[in-house]
Formats: sequence, C-alpha cells, structure tokens
Amino acid sequence: MSNSPPRYDQAKWTSQSVYEPLLSEKNMTEVSLDDVPLPSNLKRNSLTLPSLSEPELARHYTRLSQMTYGVDSGPYLLGSCTMKYNPKFTEDVAVLPGCSIHPDRAPHTIQGTLEILYALQEHLATIGGMDAVTLQPPAGAAGEFTGILIIKAFHESNDDFSRNEIIIPESAHGTNPASAALGGYKTIEIPSNEQGTVNIDALQAALSENTAALMLTNPNTLGLFELEIELIASMVHEAGGLLYYDGANLNALLGRSRPRDMGFDIMHYNVHKTFATPHGGGGPGAGPVGVVSKLESFLPAPIVIKTKSGFDLSTPENTIGKVHGFYGNWLCLVKALAYILRLGDSGLLDASAKAVLNANYLGSKIQYEIPFRPFYHEFVASSGDQDAAEVAKRLLDYGVHPPTTKWPLIVPQALLVEPTESENKSTLDQIAASFNAVLIEDQSTLKSAPNSTASARIDQTAAARFPILSWHALDPSL
Amino acid sequence: MTNFPSTQSPYTPHTPADVEAMLLDLGLESIEDLFDIPPSIQFPDSFKIPPRSEHEIKTELKEIFDKNLPLVEFLGHGYYSHYIPSLVDHISDRSEFLTSYTQYQPEISQGFLQVLFEYQSLIVELTGLEIANSSMYDFATSIGEAALLSGRISPTRTKILVPDILRSERLSVLKNYTSNSGFKIESYPTRDSNTDIEKLENLFSDDVSMIYIESPNSHGALEESIKEISDIAHASGSLCCLGTDPLALSILEKPSSLGVDIVVGDASVLGLPNAYGMGVGLFACRSEYLRKVPGRLVGITKDATNRRAYTLTLQTREQHIRRERATSNICTNQAWVALRTAIHAAYLGPHGLIDLAKQCIELPLELSSKLNTIEGVHAPLHPRHYFREFVVRTDKTATEVVQALEAKGYAVSSIGDHELLICITDTNASHLDAFVDAFKEVNS
Repeated sequence: MSNSPPRYDQAKWTSQSVYEPLLSEKNMTEVSLDDVPLPSNLKRNSLTLPSLSEPELARHYTRLSQMTYGVDSGPYLLGSCTMKYNPKFTEDVAVLPGCSIHPDRAPHTIQGTLEILYALQEHLATIGGMDAVTLQPPAGAAGEFTGILIIKAFHESNDDFSRNEIIIPESAHGTNPASAALGGYKTIEIPSNEQGTVNIDALQAALSENTAALMLTNPNTLGLFELEIELIASMVHEAGGLLYYDGANLNALLGRSRPRDMGFDIMHYNVHKTFATPHGGGGPGAGPVGVVSKLESFLPAPIVIKTKSGFDLSTPENTIGKVHGFYGNWLCLVKALAYILRLGDSGLLDASAKAVLNANYLGSKIQYEIPFRPFYHEFVASSGDQDAAEVAKRLLDYGVHPPTTKWPLIVPQALLVEPTESENKSTLDQIAASFNAVLIEDQSTLKSAPNSTASARIDQTAAARFPILSWHALDPSL
Repeated sequence: MTNFPSTQSPYTPHTPADVEAMLLDLGLESIEDLFDIPPSIQFPDSFKIPPRSEHEIKTELKEIFDKNLPLVEFLGHGYYSHYIPSLVDHISDRSEFLTSYTQYQPEISQGFLQVLFEYQSLIVELTGLEIANSSMYDFATSIGEAALLSGRISPTRTKILVPDILRSERLSVLKNYTSNSGFKIESYPTRDSNTDIEKLENLFSDDVSMIYIESPNSHGALEESIKEISDIAHASGSLCCLGTDPLALSILEKPSSLGVDIVVGDASVLGLPNAYGMGVGLFACRSEYLRKVPGRLVGITKDATNRRAYTLTLQTREQHIRRERATSNICTNQAWVALRTAIHAAYLGPHGLIDLAKQCIELPLELSSKLNTIEGVHAPLHPRHYFREFVVRTDKTATEVVQALEAKGYAVSSIGDHELLICITDTNASHLDAFVDAFKEVNS
C-alpha cells in the first residue's frame, strides 16, 4: 500500500442555493387546537410545524448524517478531546430493559441500578486512586464546577473564608477559569516555563493565604508530563490550598500513574473521552468527581453506598447539594462501566500505551515543527508561516478531522494533535502524508479549502454579524 | 473472541508487527520508554479488573438489572417519558451522528448542525421566543442558567423568586448555580396547586431579578395566571421565567404571548425514554438577550459557493474563547439528546404533537375521576387543569398506600402525609384499569 494521502469526498445533495433543504421548506402545516379540552385562555390558537411522513424523514436525516463526520468516518485528531473509537456493544448495554428507570424509584426497588452505579463509583475511585466518587456531574465542566464548590465548602468548613483565588496555568482548558469564576473565584493565571510545564517560580509567587486551589491537567495541553508534580503538590498543600486534577488527559496515564499518587486531592473524569462513551455531536458526556477522604463529606447528594442488605442512596454529611436535577447522565455512565469491564487492567494499560505510541509515531512522521517534547498522548505542532486554521480546513480535504487549532496559545499557529489509540500504523502514515502534503501547498490552495466536504468554506463572520438562529428568522412569513 | 491477543484492548488496532515497526522508527525498544513518570508516583499495582468478553458483560449486567423490581411506574414529578418511535433510535444511532464531536469544523459537520438548527427552530415555534440554544444539561441546570442570565441583564438586583412547591433538587441546583451571584432564592406561596397571586404581589419589589414559574408544575397542574404574573414582574422591572416542556407547549398558549422572557425545561420528554433522570435542558429567551445567552447557538450563513450553510455562532460568549468571562462554563452539552428530541417531534408533526398532548390532559382526567369514586380517596386534590399527573389525597397515610401499591406491582410517589402524585401517559395507560382496582383494594 502506498502512503500517498487518500482523497475524500463527503456525500451531499447540492441544489441551486442549499444542500439538504430544511424540514420547514418541505411541508409546513398549521393545525388548529379547537378540539383540545382546555379553556381558550390557556391554549394556543394553532401550531405550525413541518408535517412529513416517516419515509421522508428517514431520508432527510440519513442525508444529514452523511453530511456529518464521526470517529467511524475517519481519524479525529482534536487535541484534548480524546476522540477514540466508541465500542458498539456499549450501545446495546445502554438499552437493556433495566436501564429505563424513573429517577424517583425507591432504592430498595432498584437494587440493580444502584449496583451498577456503585460498581462504577468503585472502579473510577480505583483508577484515580481516590477515596470516593460522585457520578452526578453531567460533563467535564460540570465536574469542575462541582469540584470548585467542594473546594469552597472545604475551606469554609475550616473557618477559612479568605481563600478567594484559584490558580490556573495559561495553557489550561477554557472551562477551568469559567468554572472557577462560576464558583465565585478570582482566577490567577500563571505562565509556563521554557519547557512548557508549570513555572515553579511563578507558582510560588502566585501562592498565598488566598489560594483555594491549583487546577492542573497532567499531561498538560502540550502533552507534557509535569515531572515536578510532587513538588507542585507540596507547594500548594504547604500554602493551604488543594490540588485539582482536570481529567481531560487521563487517557495517557491509565494504569500507570494515578492522580492521587501525584498528590491531587480532587479530580474529574471525562467518561466521554477516557472511557469511550460517544460524544454525540457535542454531548452528552459525564464528569464524575473523585475526592480524597477529607473531602468525601462534601460530595453532591446522593451517593450510592453499600449496606448489609444491598445498596442505598445516602446524603453526605456536609454535602454541597446538587449539580444536576437527578443522578447525571445515566446512559453515559452505564456505557463507561461496560467499557471499563471490557478492557480490564490489561486493556486500560494497553489503551494508554497505544495512545502515547500513536502520538509519538505521528509526531515523528509529520514535518511541522513540534517545539515541546517529550510528549505523551498529544502534541502541539506549529504550522509556522501557514495559518493553522487554514491548514485545518485543507486537512478536511484529505478526510482527516483536523487538530484543535490556535490553542494552546503558547505555541504560535498551534495544531494540537491527539490521534488516540484507535488508529493503526497505516492510518497514521496516511495522516502524516496528509499533513506533509498540506505543508508544501501554496496559500491559494489552503485559502480555497475545503473542496471535498459537503459545504465549501463557511463565512463564520457573517453568521455572527447577522444572526439567523431559527427558520422563523430565515422566512419572516413563519 | 477478537483478532488480537487478550492482553490488548479490543479497540487498539495494532498488530505486533505494527508496534515493532513503529518502535523501530522511533528508535525505541519498548513503548514503556515513552513514559518518564517518576518512579515515586508510578502505579505499581493493578486495578484488579479482569477483562471480559462482550457476551460476559451483557449477561452480567442483565443479571444485575434483573434485580430491579419490575414495577409499573406511575411516577412523574417533573420527569416524564413517552413512547419513542423506532425512527428516533435508528437515526440517532447512525454513527456519523453518534460518534461526532462538537461542530468546530462546520464544513464537515453540516448535517448535525442542520438538525440542531431545526431543534432550535422547533423550540422557537413552541415558545414564541426568538432565541433557543442547542441544549443545556437538564431542566434544573437550565433554571440555574436562567437566573444567571437575569443577573447579567440587571446586575444590581438580588432576588430570585421560586414556587414553594418547586422540587427540592431543582432548588438545590439553582442555589449552587447562583451561590456566587449574590442572589437570595426566596419561595413564594402557591394555593391549590397554582400561584397565590395576591401574596406574590406583596412579595414583589424592585430587587427581584427573576420570578420562576412552572406549567405544568410539580403537582401536574397548569398555571392559570402566567400573564398576571409576568405583568407583576414587569411592573417591577423583573424578568419572568417559565419552566415547561415541548409537549405541553404544543397546546399551551405561547409563552411569548403571556409576557414570559425566558423558557426553560426538559426537552427530553420527547426523544428519551426514562433514563434515570438524564434529559436535555431547554433554553429559550427574547432576542434582546442574544449576546448574554449561555450555551451553543447554531446560525445560518453562506459558504464560498454562496449556498446556505450552518455554523456555531456567537462563540465569543463561550468559555473556550472568553474563559473566566464566559456567559457559562458549559462545553460538552446534550446535543445528541436534542437531536433525538428534534427527530421525535418531526415524527409526530403538529398533528401528532397535539394528539399526544391531548392524551396528557385526557388520561389524568379519566384516571382521577375513576380514583375519585373510591371511598377515602380524593382526586384530583384541587380543581385544576392537569397535564400527565395530579395530586391525590387518601385517608390512609401516603406511606401506607405507596407500600401497599408496591406490593401489587406499582410505583407511585408521595408528596405529603396523605398526598400522592399519580402520573399517567401513553407508556403506562394500558395499566389504567388494573391500577384503579389496585388503588381501590389498597384504600379499602
């Protein structure tokens, strides 16, 4: 097989002015509500929505699915997003009859459901080295917010009300400062050192009696392992702060090093990254939070406990309350448990091994500069004179979902590449060939890309300047 | 059984020869050479999780789920499900939809973006409000985000008013979301399962940022005074937020016509079966607040061939750009559930939505009138219009009734010493008469 990059053509239906028409352009019907048994002041006059048959809808949505690119379509290099393969059997597990349960069922009538949740709590605790886990946060950012609330409650329980700052490295995910701010904290951003890791002097200068916590990803968003993590942990603890682990990059370390062992007090897991639950075009995910024992009593309510007679729901003594109306994204949790059981110790260890091997192999094959090394499961290349966003658009033509671009800011024209463990050698060779082909292409080729996706280059500026957010805004007659 | 050695993840495609060649290329002897984790923090042990086959896991989990008692659920209290047409499962499980990420590269994601645009349009039609985002996590977090939005609109106000019958879980989430905003959350009284307008008026002052109302509310009753409430709110310069759902909105007066400024709710009453509380947060508001809205928005623009195209827009509100000054910390949302809601609603169409919503009025009427003939049972407790569920008062204690019904194979919730909440939809309607018989025996 040759390593020349393949050509990709996304399916599409093209007409004069649109691709697939909107449902509203197919058959809008206005239906009156005359025979609805409600007084007229409570009900609407009529309802105007598309009215189509099942065969028409099946075709509409199938076409739209073909105009969408998933992990099953091809490589998905979005760095820090861990777009690994989503096993099919976990979908079957999530539709087992017992999965469909109302959240207000009494605990003694749903021992099976609670046993599943308990098993996942236990496995996640083991994997992170933590003492207790809540499964309630419905996403990574919700996990961060939960962590922030726990951090706050912990300090306040020690009559320590002056800690109003959270320290965050400049390379952190945007959700870190956003979640800290939602919890009422001032965020202190610290720069990286020349190696791309935490600048110890800057950290020392930032730490004070106002420090509530340091939020950290390890490996960080440059893919680098924070080799001084033990020193960092002791500095933060010395200052009276807590150490928060953003679990976005846990995939690199599965079975090799646990956040607890590195000195972290609290962490979230991204089951839609590390544990392969499908990302569904933006969500749902789940962001369980693990804590060391001194923080256990602050966890959201309820958590699942094991009793002499089975399983029960329990409210932690100093609970922060709730971060989701019920128990979080249940279906994602079931899928994550199934994935962990499928892989077991050896599989989890193999996942981190191959994730790191793949990133390093791909990194060695692409000719873009990679300023920071040695990296683990992801790396940041710089596209140099080329605009990283343009490079990304051009990669689409090669059937590669491009890396995260222009972030982290520490590398100019950054391409944050995470191939995950799901790609084999020949696919990695093809991805590298695609990068290297783009590297030598001229600017006009890049500027006119993409050409093989369903739509051509999209004008995002116009979308923001004149927002059209529903078919009503498109067609004033609706 | 798979193609690969059992020590390998079944989802890593590397042959031993691949690994060898890759290592050779990297000049390494072992993959372990790529890890420079200090020995003091390496994990030397194992998790003691043996790998299992698909078949073993399915069998094992099925056995665990079988420990759930097979009760027929008459449970609602703000979380509902309806029959899910097969089209929804089959289309939403198409792997392009299921395995894609957030649409940061719109050119390759037009299909999903269009579905989300159609979802937003559905919500706009149902609410009458001009802006709907493409999803929040769930009902409770949407209320929290609505309160924060009201705070961005009028930063000096200090109070959020909520009904005294609000589910405690929603109240708790709201308190957490607003814990830093300086808001006090205050309850206003309800009377006979509707807002007590007179008392509410006395509570109002110009420090109220937002009043939150529900219809159908925690008792299943439709709120009959939304217009009056929003008038009171607006007279004080406060916002009016309504919690509801897309099926109820298919027949209820458009919130925009009643003076509602923000609509929240759980849209997964269409799209998801009971999923132990998992849902999708509905969020819609007036166009004035566009640049203060939380969450992702899909908009229309053009591509280089001048054809209509879709893209995430107004992203400068979001955390990946604005960081600590973002309108919300949300990143991963519930897009796939919103997709399922959109497909379910499209499948039903306007006729089907109205028919299903009518059932949500007729079934509680039928059930409550049958229960009301039982001695010692009063149903519904108040003369309201009910949607899917209603409150029953029993002479026996609610705990007694719940336990006795459970022994007969039914799950219901108690909401007071003698009050139960009974929910009936198309999913449990076939059990209506048997449930009435059981209720009769239990209460005799």
